[in-house]
Amino acid sequence: MEENLIKTCLHDRHVAQGALMSPFGGFDMPIQYTSIIDEHTAVRTDVGVFDVSHMGEVRISGPDAYKYVSHIFVNDVTGAPDGQIFYGMMCHENGGVVDDLLVYKVNDEEYFLVINASNIAKDVAWIEKNAAGFNVTIKNESDYYGEVAVQGPKAEEMLMRILNLPLNEIAFYNFKTFDIDGEQVIISRTGYTGEDGFEVYGSHDFTRRLWDKLMEAGVKPCGLGCRDTLRFEVGLPLYGDELTDDITPLEASLSMFVKLDKPTDFIGREALAKQKEEGVTRRIVGIELEGKAVPRHGYPVEVDGKVVGEITTGYNSISTGKSVAMAMIEKPYTKLGTPVEVRIRKKTFPGVVVKKRFYDKNYKK
Amino acid sequence: MSKVLENLRYADSHEWVLVEGDVATVGITDYAQHALGNIVYVDMPEAGDEVTAGEEFGAVESVKAASDLISPVSGEVLEVNEALEDAPELINEDAFANWIMKVKISDASEIENLLDAAAYAKVCEE
Repeated sequence: MEENLIKTCLHDRHVAQGALMSPFGGFDMPIQYTSIIDEHTAVRTDVGVFDVSHMGEVRISGPDAYKYVSHIFVNDVTGAPDGQIFYGMMCHENGGVVDDLLVYKVNDEEYFLVINASNIAKDVAWIEKNAAGFNVTIKNESDYYGEVAVQGPKAEEMLMRILNLPLNEIAFYNFKTFDIDGEQVIISRTGYTGEDGFEVYGSHDFTRRLWDKLMEAGVKPCGLGCRDTLRFEVGLPLYGDELTDDITPLEASLSMFVKLDKPTDFIGREALAKQKEEGVTRRIVGIELEGKAVPRHGYPVEVDGKVVGEITTGYNSISTGKSVAMAMIEKPYTKLGTPVEVRIRKKTFPGVVVKKRFYDKNYKK
Repeated sequence: MSKVLENLRYADSHEWVLVEGDVATVGITDYAQHALGNIVYVDMPEAGDEVTAGEEFGAVESVKAASDLISPVSGEVLEVNEALEDAPELINEDAFANWIMKVKISDASEIENLLDAAAYAKVCEE
C-alpha cells in the first residue's frame, strides 16, 4: 500500500534532510529528523516547526453557515467575534466522535474547518450528507493548503521576524488572514503541543518558501514522533487513540467542549445529554506507573487481576521522565488515586490513576 | 553507516554475541539502536533465568515502540547489565560497549548458526 501514500508539498525537503519517514493518516510523513527527544525538547524550551500539511481543510460558506456549523459541531460558536477559533467535535447521532476539529470563524457566513488527515474522506462525506436543507457551500480545500506549525516559547519572536508581520496582535485561539506575495495566508495562534505557537495555512509554494526560511533561520524541524509526545504530555487527545467513532466526548473526558445548552440543536445532542444525565460507564483518565516500562496503546489495565480498561496512549514522558499513560477505564476505577496494574508483555506493573495532564501547558493567553 | 565489529557474531534479529569460553555476552547492534531511536527502557531477564536461542528474552523500548529481544544462544543468564536500568540511553551512545546479558552457553553448536560480521553487514544493507 505504501505506493499509494500521499506526499505533502514539503516531502522532498524531509527526504533531503534525512528524516525517518512513515505512513500516517494516508500520508508519507516525517517521524523524526534526528531524535524525538531533541525535537521534543526544542519545542518545550525554544522553537520547532512541524509539517502538518496532511491536515484537512474544509470551508463552509453561505447564508446558513452559522446554523449549519452549529448543527454539526458540539461546541458553541454563537456570538463569537470574527477571527475566533473553537476546538470541539463532530458527533454521530449516538454520540460517538466523527472527528475532532478546529472551527475558524471568518464571519457569520463563512467558517474554516481543520480536520484530521486520516478522516478527510469520511468527514467530507459526513459533512455533505448532513447539509441537506441548509443553504451552504462546502468546499474541501485540503489539496490547496499546505500547513506548518511553529511551536515553542520562541515561536512568536521567530515567526514575526521571518514574516515581518504583527503576529503579537493575534490572541490565543484567534487568527488573522494576511496578504503575502499576492495570496491569502491564514495564521492562527494555535497548536498541538501545549506551548505557544502558530499554525500557518497557505499555498504549497508559500509553504515551501516559509519552510526554507525557517530552516535558514535555524528553526529545528520536528517530526510527528515528538508531536505525539508533546500533545500527550499536556493531555490532548489524538483521534484514533482517545477518540473514535465508538467513544463519546464525555467518555474522552472532553465534556467542557460539549455545549448541551447552546441555542441550537446539534447532531448527537440527545445521546450526549442522556449520557450526561445517566453518567458515563467508562472514561479516559491518566495513569502513572512505577518504574520505566512503557505502557502503550492497547495494553490491558487490571485491578485485582480483572481487566478494567486499556491504554490509549502511553510514554515514558520526555519532560518528566515518568512512565505515564492515558487509558479508557471502567467506573468506578476512574477515581483519582485508584491503584491499578498495567500488563506490559508478560509482567504487570503497578500504577495509580492520576489526572491526564502530565505537564503544564505554557500558552500565551 | 552503522558500525559492525569484526570480532562478534550476529543474529539477523540484530543482536550481537561476544563468545569468551562458555560465556556469551549479548547486546543489540548499532544498526538496531539507530533504527529504534532514543531508547527509554530495557526489559531484561534476571540472573538465573533460562533463555532459549531464537526466543524472546526481553524487550528494548524506544520512545515510539517496543521491540522484542531474541536470544541468539541458549543457557542460563549469569548477569544482566544493571547500568541500563537507570541509563538505557547508554545503548544509543555505544551499542557494542553496553551489553544486555551474559549467558552460560549450554549448546556451543548454536554459535555456528550465527552470522559473521560480513554476513551481518549484508543483512543491514537489505
